[in-house]
Amino acid sequence: MTASAGRTTIAHSLLQRWSLAVIRPSEVVALVVASIALVPVLYLGWRALEGGERALASLTHPRTTWLVLRSLGLAVAVAASSALVAFPLAVLTERVAFPGRRWLAILLAVPLAVPSYVMAYAVVAALGPRGTLASLLERSIGLTRLPEVYGFFGAWLTLTLVTYPYTFLALRAALRGLDQAFEEVARTLHAGHWVTFWRVTVPLLGPALLSGMLLTTLYVLSDFGAIAILRYPTLTYSIYNQYRLSFDRSAAAALAVLLVVLSAILLIAERHWQRRAAFYRTVGTRRPPVLHSPGWRSWLGLSLVLLWGSFAIGLPAGMAAFWFLRARSLGEQLPGIGEPLANSLLVGSAAGLVTVALALPVAWTVVRGNGRYVSLVDLPLWIAYGLPGIVLALALVSFSVRFLPWLYQTLPLLIVGYALRFLPEATGILRATLAQQNPRLEEAARTLGLRPWRAWLTVQFPLTLPGIGSAFALVFLTTIKELPVTLLLSPIGFTTLATAVWNATADAFWSHAALPTLLLLGIGVVPMALFSWWQERGAERSNE
Amino acid sequence: MRRRDLIRLGGLGLTAGWTLLAACQSAEPTATPAPPTSTAAGAGMAPTASPTPAAAATPTAGATPTVMTRSQSAVVTIYSGRSKSLIGPLLDRIGQELGLDVRVRYGDTAELATAILEEGDRSPADLFFGQDAGALGALAKEGRLAPLPSELLQRVPQPYRSSKELWVGISGRARTVIYNTERVKPEEIPASIVDFAGNERWRARLGWAPTNGSFQAFVTALRRMRGEDVARSWLEGIKALDARVFPKNSSIVQATINGEIEAGFVNHYYLMRERAQAGRPLPAENHFYTNGDPGGLVNVAGVGVLVTSRASDAALALVDYLLSEPAQRYFAEQTYEYPLLEGVLAHPDLPPLASLNPPALDLSDLDDLKGTLALLQEVGLL
Repeated sequence: MTASAGRTTIAHSLLQRWSLAVIRPSEVVALVVASIALVPVLYLGWRALEGGERALASLTHPRTTWLVLRSLGLAVAVAASSALVAFPLAVLTERVAFPGRRWLAILLAVPLAVPSYVMAYAVVAALGPRGTLASLLERSIGLTRLPEVYGFFGAWLTLTLVTYPYTFLALRAALRGLDQAFEEVARTLHAGHWVTFWRVTVPLLGPALLSGMLLTTLYVLSDFGAIAILRYPTLTYSIYNQYRLSFDRSAAAALAVLLVVLSAILLIAERHWQRRAAFYRTVGTRRPPVLHSPGWRSWLGLSLVLLWGSFAIGLPAGMAAFWFLRARSLGEQLPGIGEPLANSLLVGSAAGLVTVALALPVAWTVVRGNGRYVSLVDLPLWIAYGLPGIVLALALVSFSVRFLPWLYQTLPLLIVGYALRFLPEATGILRATLAQQNPRLEEAARTLGLRPWRAWLTVQFPLTLPGIGSAFALVFLTTIKELPVTLLLSPIGFTTLATAVWNATADAFWSHAALPTLLLLGIGVVPMALFSWWQERGAERSNE
Repeated sequence: MRRRDLIRLGGLGLTAGWTLLAACQSAEPTATPAPPTSTAAGAGMAPTASPTPAAAATPTAGATPTVMTRSQSAVVTIYSGRSKSLIGPLLDRIGQELGLDVRVRYGDTAELATAILEEGDRSPADLFFGQDAGALGALAKEGRLAPLPSELLQRVPQPYRSSKELWVGISGRARTVIYNTERVKPEEIPASIVDFAGNERWRARLGWAPTNGSFQAFVTALRRMRGEDVARSWLEGIKALDARVFPKNSSIVQATINGEIEAGFVNHYYLMRERAQAGRPLPAENHFYTNGDPGGLVNVAGVGVLVTSRASDAALALVDYLLSEPAQRYFAEQTYEYPLLEGVLAHPDLPPLASLNPPALDLSDLDDLKGTLALLQEVGLL
């Protein structure tokens, strides 16, 4: 009796080890998600091959090389500048006890909800040759020439304004999960404030910083709206033109394959750079960081933060408010926006939930998975993310109309489309958050008899919560502004705030775009505010 | 261990099943459209349409009952490259008056056309409403459009419809030169658009949109009328003048109004819309070429019925309405385009369509953009 019991235990443990080592359920989910993300890549390959010579011609055109270099140049510049902006914003709002810093942090993430072409219009309206700033300067100090907004400068500024929240949110989540002990140890070793910050805090934030910058880079590579208005032709610009002008799907696909290669190189470089380092403590308990009280330097920093924030939010909000007031003074009848508002909230939340739920196993697999190549399982997701929206949308049209006709142009497919488009935003942040956690914690919980899911729920989940919140907010904000996938894959007649803005601006009905633009900014606050409130309530409870 | 795995599997299965179920339910309303009323395209329309211009005043009166009895509130799915702000109210009204359930997917003209090509035989669309003849031509060439009844085609002057009877223009849009009235005197505008090139008066003062479909239609017209060499040297000449490149016509119009540039090559109606929204007089004016110059090309926004449509009767009834007087008046008054139905006048601020005297050019030729695109690429504009 005892002998047989002993044998079963051994068998059990063997089985357990086998199943742990070879395939965990999370790894299965990650693999499934990754293979779905391969659909657009396969579609592109198919289309490009179908084109044969035409596709080859568009690849070998001398202009293509030039476009690739321009794309890369802009992407790197925007990634660098948005990191430079996001870093102080995140540190100041997360580490210094300013009054109302939570609200400030929430507001600072909102520009992410602004479609890049709307930001581009606003930048032109404000900084263009006949814009607000120009006429202000002309009237006050007689200055008539401003630096040219069109071209690299305008595209760089606009894209920095809409993408810095990526790095900002990633850094905030990481700062929140950061273990105070590392910095304290550095201090006991007589490292000064600054040395501690640069040698300890910054390297610990590495994964978050890199994932934010990677998101920014890929966003810029795939952006069409801003660069078209600010006249900075890139590879994506050329891809769009192939569709729009010659209806040449093969030539467009060939160019998009080039983007795939670019993204893959960037990703592998990032992985190589980051390698695998531990970002958690091994003994004792993690303590949340302490807030510094603001000194004069922090106040100076805060005023710069406020200046930047009011610029990033004020530009689009100011322009929309101008449109609105002008329409009101003319007594113009504006279309109703109740339905687009409700729809935007619906798809934003649904896409946020689904994406985060799918991203958790992927991030988990990348951080904790066994095997050398497991950490590359999210590669297809990032590649899909680097594709222009229209390419992904057409790939999904082509695939679903053939293989899932009953899902075509329905809400579930739309949500899957969003998830596919925005998964890396969530996996990036979650990966950085998970890297901060000691896997021994979970193992300890398991040895204490908790089942895997209980262990996850009671130990891991609370620690991952800051990352989950930031990831949800990111996906929500980018979903509500998403356009190409929404236009082609939504149920017919389905309008969101983004499609309302687009429909109005496409034919220069500026007044019709006013309210939806303001609402996009308005509901951009919702997920962050809710999450912040939830967390604070949780903190109060645990303090009691 | 095994039991736990089973539970896990069961959970997965349940979730998947639930998702499928949810998907099916939300798919139902869109996936099961009108009862199949497919007759040979056009056959249903011929008797209902109004044969004389006199009856054109109430063209729907004849059409409505037939459609109504044939299929109670048939569903018509439109892929519209024209925006909701422009034609949404009109389509709503048509749906009500014809008793049709009109469902519209709004989007970019070329992207929707490409989506239709991707969808192939499974396209849910019945009708395609494109912003320019080029997209309609591309669909026609790929065999996605069904022939239209000649009765409908003949309501529109011959230049504004497909020579292969696959699409029909609904409204006209003239190419114009917009200029800032504070900086440009009307007599300074060259007598032919060709003469802009190489004219130093316009150095760094022009705006154009080489990626815009209407602009490319104009370049095609230039090639057809004056030959490749003239077209190439014109493009090179304008480029050499440091003309500013804009993404679309509306940006050119805004830039002209606020004085960023002094003149630009656009479609006529953007200025009209800016005027209606501005609430103040704007310092800009359109110059129409009425001497048969390629600069005065008149393009169309038009419709075609898909070969795969399962509600082609209803779709044709809709086209019938779009080519009726009330709808054409809507285009004249609300979108400031040229109505193409005879007897309906353009907006009073515009020169009448008959006086435009556009260059003689088959708009069906415009679907062959390849040559134009190659030329634009050669010159380095794309």
